[in-house]
Amino acid sequence: MNTIIGFIQNIPLDLLLIQTVNGIVTGMILALVASGLTLIFGIMDVVNFAHGELFMLGAYVGVVVFALTGNFWIALILATMIVAILGASMQILTLRPLIGRDPLTTILATFGISLILQNYVLWQFGPVARKISEPITTHFNLFYLEYPWYRLVIAGLSAALIGLFWVFLKQSKFGVWIRATTQDRVMAQAMGIPVPWVYTGVFAIGAALAAASGVLFAPMAGVTHTMGLDWVLKAFIVVVVGGMGSLGGSIAAAIFISLLEAYAAIWVSPAQAVIVSFIVLILTLLFRPTGLFVPTPK
Amino acid sequence: MSATAPSSEPLVQVEGLHTYYGKSHILHGVTLEVGRGEVVGLIGRNGVGKSTTLKTIMGLVNARQGEIRLEGSSITHEAPHRLARRGIGYVPEDRRIFRLLTVMENLRTGFDRAGVTAERKKMLLDKVFAYFPVLAERRDQAGGTLSGGEQQMLAIARAMMLEPKIILLDEPTEGLMPRMVSQIHQIIDALHKEGVAILLVEQNVPLTLEASQRIYIMEKGMVRHHCATSEITINDPLIKQYLGV
Repeated sequence: MNTIIGFIQNIPLDLLLIQTVNGIVTGMILALVASGLTLIFGIMDVVNFAHGELFMLGAYVGVVVFALTGNFWIALILATMIVAILGASMQILTLRPLIGRDPLTTILATFGISLILQNYVLWQFGPVARKISEPITTHFNLFYLEYPWYRLVIAGLSAALIGLFWVFLKQSKFGVWIRATTQDRVMAQAMGIPVPWVYTGVFAIGAALAAASGVLFAPMAGVTHTMGLDWVLKAFIVVVVGGMGSLGGSIAAAIFISLLEAYAAIWVSPAQAVIVSFIVLILTLLFRPTGLFVPTPK
Repeated sequence: MSATAPSSEPLVQVEGLHTYYGKSHILHGVTLEVGRGEVVGLIGRNGVGKSTTLKTIMGLVNARQGEIRLEGSSITHEAPHRLARRGIGYVPEDRRIFRLLTVMENLRTGFDRAGVTAERKKMLLDKVFAYFPVLAERRDQAGGTLSGGEQQMLAIARAMMLEPKIILLDEPTEGLMPRMVSQIHQIIDALHKEGVAILLVEQNVPLTLEASQRIYIMEKGMVRHHCATSEITINDPLIKQYLGV
């Protein structure tokens, strides 16, 4: 007992706060990546293995546009739009012909796309990491740290994008179509909803969200052809822990897991802290396979 | 696409329809037709292919042989969402309302489409709320929280939002209490007065005979008999033969 109290008393409060901020920042980017993934899964039953590559592609398009214009915000907007169009064409060319087939075929198809995109980027840009400079370079004092404002801006922007997306789903005609199709695609068709185009639209939106997170994240680390792998792996964990196909669940799970990892990193190295995510994943699958953040199914 | 079909032509014509689920042969050449504004009953025992006939017309199940025409033009291999836009409303057997969408959003899947003005949307809504006042009361409630009867009303109201020329109505009174059954009957009559054609699949034979002008009796995936409801009564030997209890 004394050792537990001693342990708790020994946690440095400043470090705890810093890690909370770090956890929320990563959590918001992760939520943005995962929301696209969970939406695509929820509506199409497609596990999109190329999602991380859409994230990576967003960052690379960002690099190119940034090199041309020198403006981060133009790079963000253009990369999001270009990758959205690319996502739509990807869906029309590879996934639409597979509608109604064994889910395994879509897994293989998206896996194939991810390999093609990775190697295409490696061929075009080479193995050296590219960089986009931060649009906001000022810092503020967080205890003994000079904390970059940009990180908070990312968290805010990610939250704003998710919020916008939420309002779009709740209010717009296309949002109603998406939710209706997710619940009952046969009846949605019978109500005149062009379901194949809803699929394409959702894939484009998912790609756009992934690309936006890619550009936002790019200044914090280098842009490489494998940068999507870490994120998509975590996004998959988040989608399962949050409840497959549940948008709110994924957002909650993204922040929850990122916070846990950030706290774990107080005691162990960040590389080891990743283990926490897997423990949460395994426990969720064992004890609540429908997801932690969704209502208990009846 | 013949937009100007002569009015004497039937609204929907089904000819020699063969439908399979996998390897099992369900429809063995169904032929029937529904005129403009006509209420037509389709009766028969369980599992004779009545619901499959409706699903095949709606394009939800593919016909392997035969032809379906809407106002003279073939719609046999048309996508369901195009058929909905062309004026076929579908109310399935198990209602299939969108349970997590509100009543209003359920209706919105039908009326919120290109080419419908704001006034027209309001008019459509006012009309169904006049038919089904309970839906107006519950407009912001999730569809899944409604009672069985209310869900049936919502399913019919939702199809009405498409301003259909014909509604394919599959067992609307199944599992409803008697008061609700007579309400469904009134709705069918009201739709008939408005000039909406209905292809009605029902287990409730007395209701079908009262509500429809003609009936088709099905057995083993085929239409066995066809007559005007004025020529047949509930005690007719034919009814006993094909539906006998």
